[in-house]
Amino acid sequence: MDITGRKLFVKALLEEGVDTIFAYPGGMIVDLLDELYKTEGIRVILPRHEQALVHEAEGYARATGKPGVCLVTSGPGATNTITAIADAHYDSVPLVIFTGQVPQGLIGNDAFQEVDIVGMTRSIVKYGYTVRDRKALGEKIKMAFHIATTGKPGPVLLDIPKDIQTTSGPSEYPDYVAIRGYKPNESVHIGQLKKAYKLLKSAKHPIILAGGGIHVSGAEKELVTFAEKMNIPVVTTIMGKGSIPENHPLYVGNSGMHGRFAANIAVTECDVLLSIGTRFNDRITGDLNEFAPHAKIIHVDVDTASISRNVVVDIPVVSDAKLALSKMIDWAEPMKTDKWLAEIKQWNEEHPLSMPQGKSHELSPQCIMEGINEVFPKGIVVTDVGQHQMWATQYIKCGHDKKMVTSGGLGTMGFGFPAAIGAKIGAPKKDIICITGDGGFQMNMQEMATAICEHVPIVICLINNENLGMVRQMQQLFYGKRYEAVSLRKRVGMDTPKPLDPNYPEYVPDFMGIAASYGAYGIRVTKNEDVIAALKEAKKHKDAPTIVEFIVSADELVLPMVKGGNPMSEMILK
Amino acid sequence: MDHTMKNRFIALYVENDVGVLAKVSGLFSGKSYNLQSLTVGMTERDDVSRMTICVSSDDVTFEQIKKQLNSMVEVIKVLDLTCVPVCMKEILYAKIKDLDHDGMDAVFRIAETFRVRVKDIGIDCLILECMQTERKNNELVALLKRQFHNKVEIVRGGPVAIESISTTDSK
Repeated sequence: MDITGRKLFVKALLEEGVDTIFAYPGGMIVDLLDELYKTEGIRVILPRHEQALVHEAEGYARATGKPGVCLVTSGPGATNTITAIADAHYDSVPLVIFTGQVPQGLIGNDAFQEVDIVGMTRSIVKYGYTVRDRKALGEKIKMAFHIATTGKPGPVLLDIPKDIQTTSGPSEYPDYVAIRGYKPNESVHIGQLKKAYKLLKSAKHPIILAGGGIHVSGAEKELVTFAEKMNIPVVTTIMGKGSIPENHPLYVGNSGMHGRFAANIAVTECDVLLSIGTRFNDRITGDLNEFAPHAKIIHVDVDTASISRNVVVDIPVVSDAKLALSKMIDWAEPMKTDKWLAEIKQWNEEHPLSMPQGKSHELSPQCIMEGINEVFPKGIVVTDVGQHQMWATQYIKCGHDKKMVTSGGLGTMGFGFPAAIGAKIGAPKKDIICITGDGGFQMNMQEMATAICEHVPIVICLINNENLGMVRQMQQLFYGKRYEAVSLRKRVGMDTPKPLDPNYPEYVPDFMGIAASYGAYGIRVTKNEDVIAALKEAKKHKDAPTIVEFIVSADELVLPMVKGGNPMSEMILK
Repeated sequence: MDHTMKNRFIALYVENDVGVLAKVSGLFSGKSYNLQSLTVGMTERDDVSRMTICVSSDDVTFEQIKKQLNSMVEVIKVLDLTCVPVCMKEILYAKIKDLDHDGMDAVFRIAETFRVRVKDIGIDCLILECMQTERKNNELVALLKRQFHNKVEIVRGGPVAIESISTTDSK
C-alpha cells in the first residue's frame, strides 16, 4: 500500500533508530512536523536558532556516536545551518540534515523562502541531494544515514520539496543501499602496514601523533595498548586529546600552535612519526618545510584524500585507526626508547605548562581549569573557540572517561554552548561542562531558553575578560597593542584614554541578569579561592543550567604559542 | 615526484544527475586547481555521464585531485589518461570574416595544410571544421589569429578521449 512521503520520512527515522531530532519549524516542513507529532519514540528538540540547532546535533553526535539528525525549513532556515554544517564537515561529525524545499513546481522561480541549499552547501557536505522523485525518497534517506556514518563521517544534506512530502508512493524503507560511487575503506593493506611497522621498529626516536580519528573510530584502548607494548611516546592534536589518558607516562602533550613545548620539540626531533587520524592541519605543522624535518612519516587515515595532502608522507596506510592499531598490536614488541623518553621528560621539566601567576587578587585561567579538573573528574568538556579553548586544551585533564568536544577545524565561535546542550541531551547521565568565553557565548546565548525548556542542567564556565581575547592577544603581541574591535564592553578599545561615563553599566551584558531572566542559576567568581566552591555549587543543580562566570583580566595570554606560519620549534614561551 | 606543471588528462565516470557537473567543477574552483578544459556527455548507459578533464598541475596536486574526485559520492570511476595510449580529439569551429580574394585563398591553403574541412562558405567569410588534437588546434588558432587579426571567431569543444584498443599512442 502506498503512503505519503511524510509518513515514509517518520518510518525511516524510526527504522534508523533515531530517538532525538533537532527541529525548527517553517512552512515547508510543517507536514513532517505534523507526522512527528503523531509519532511516539522520537524526541523533538526546539532550539532558538538553526545554527545552534546544528551545533546541538553535533554535540549529540559526538557524545553518543550516533548521527545527529536535524530538520529545518527552506530558505533562511536552511541558510542559517551553513556555518554549523561546515563545522561538522571539518571535524568529521556524522549529521543528517533534512531541509524543507518549496514545491518542485516553484523551484527556480525565486519563490518565497526558496534557496538552492544543495548548491550552497556543495563544498561542505559529504553528500547533498534534492529529492525530485517520491519513489526515490526511501532510498535517498537510507543513503543519507549510510554516507553520514560510514568511512570518514560527515554531514549529509537531504532537501525535500513539499510536494514530495505529500505525494503517495512506495511504503518500503530499504535496509540496504548499494552506492556505486561510494565504497568506504573497510580493510587495511597488510603489506603496507607491515612496512610501516618495520620502519617504526627501526626508529631511535619514534613518536605517535594521535588525531581526532582515534576518537571517531573508537580506538582509544588500542592506541594505549600499542604505545605501551612498543614503549613509544604519544603526542596528540587538539582533536585527539584524551585518546590517551593525560597522566599516562607515555603521554607528552598536545602539539601545535598552543601545544606543549616538549610535544612540539619531540615532533621536530623525532626520526619516525606515526600519525593516526590527523590531516596535518597548519595549526599542527606550522611552517611545512620545518615540520618533523628529520622524520620518516607514516600516515594512517581512513580518508585517502587526507594522505599526502599537506605533508608528503613516506608510508601511507589507508585504514580505519582501530583496524590498523589492532593489527599492529599483534606484532608489537618493546623498543628501547628509555633514553628518548628521558629526553622528552627533560624538555617537559625545562618548560612545563604553567601560567605566570598575576596579582594575587586576580583570577587565573589555569586555576579555573584546575578547579574544573578537581570538581569534574569525569564527563564531557565542551568548549567554544578562543583563549578559553586553548587554556582548556592545555590544562583540562582528559582520559577515556573524560572527553573533550571542541570546534577544531573550522574554529566556530558560538559552537560551545549549543554543542554542550546537545551533548547533555545525548548523554543525560554524564556531567557536561561547557567552557566558553564572553564572545562565543553571546553568539548563541539565546539557547539559554532551549536549555531551560528541555531541562538541560549543564555547567557553563564562562571566562569573561570583556574582550575577544584571542585576537586581542595577536594585537598585543604582533600589532603594537592597537586593540581595534575587540572590546566587548566599552565602545572603543579597552585602552582608550577617555574615561567611561560613570553611568555606563559595569557589565555588558550582566550575565547574572541573563541567567536570572531565563530562570537559570548564576554564580560570579572573581577570586581564585572561590573557584572550587562555585563549581561544586553548580554541580548540585539538576533542573536547569548554571552560568559560572569567571572574571579574568584581558591581559592573560595563551602561552606558549607559535606565530602562524613559523616552525613549531620556534615557540614564544613568555 | 615531479614538481613541473604539466597538462594531465582524466576520464571521469559520474552519475548522470542534476548538480553533478556543478559539484565536479566546483571542486576545481574551490580548491584552486588549474582546470584547462572539461567536457561532459552521455555514455552508453543512460544513468552514467563521462567527463574528459584536462588540468595543469604538478604530480602532488594531480594525485590530490584524483583522490578528491574519487571521494565524491557522485563519481563512479576516475581514469588517469595521462600516461596511457588514447584516442583523443577536439572539435573546433573557426569562422573567418571580412575576407578579400587573397584572404580566401590563404584560408583554403591553411585548411589544406592542416587537413581540416571548409564546412560553410559565404561571399567574404567561411567556417572551418577542425577535428584534431588539442595541440594542433592551438597551432591553427595561433596562425589564424596572426593572419586574420580581429576577423576570427573561434569555438572549441575541449578534448574528448577514450582509451586505445591497440597500444599505439594516437594522441
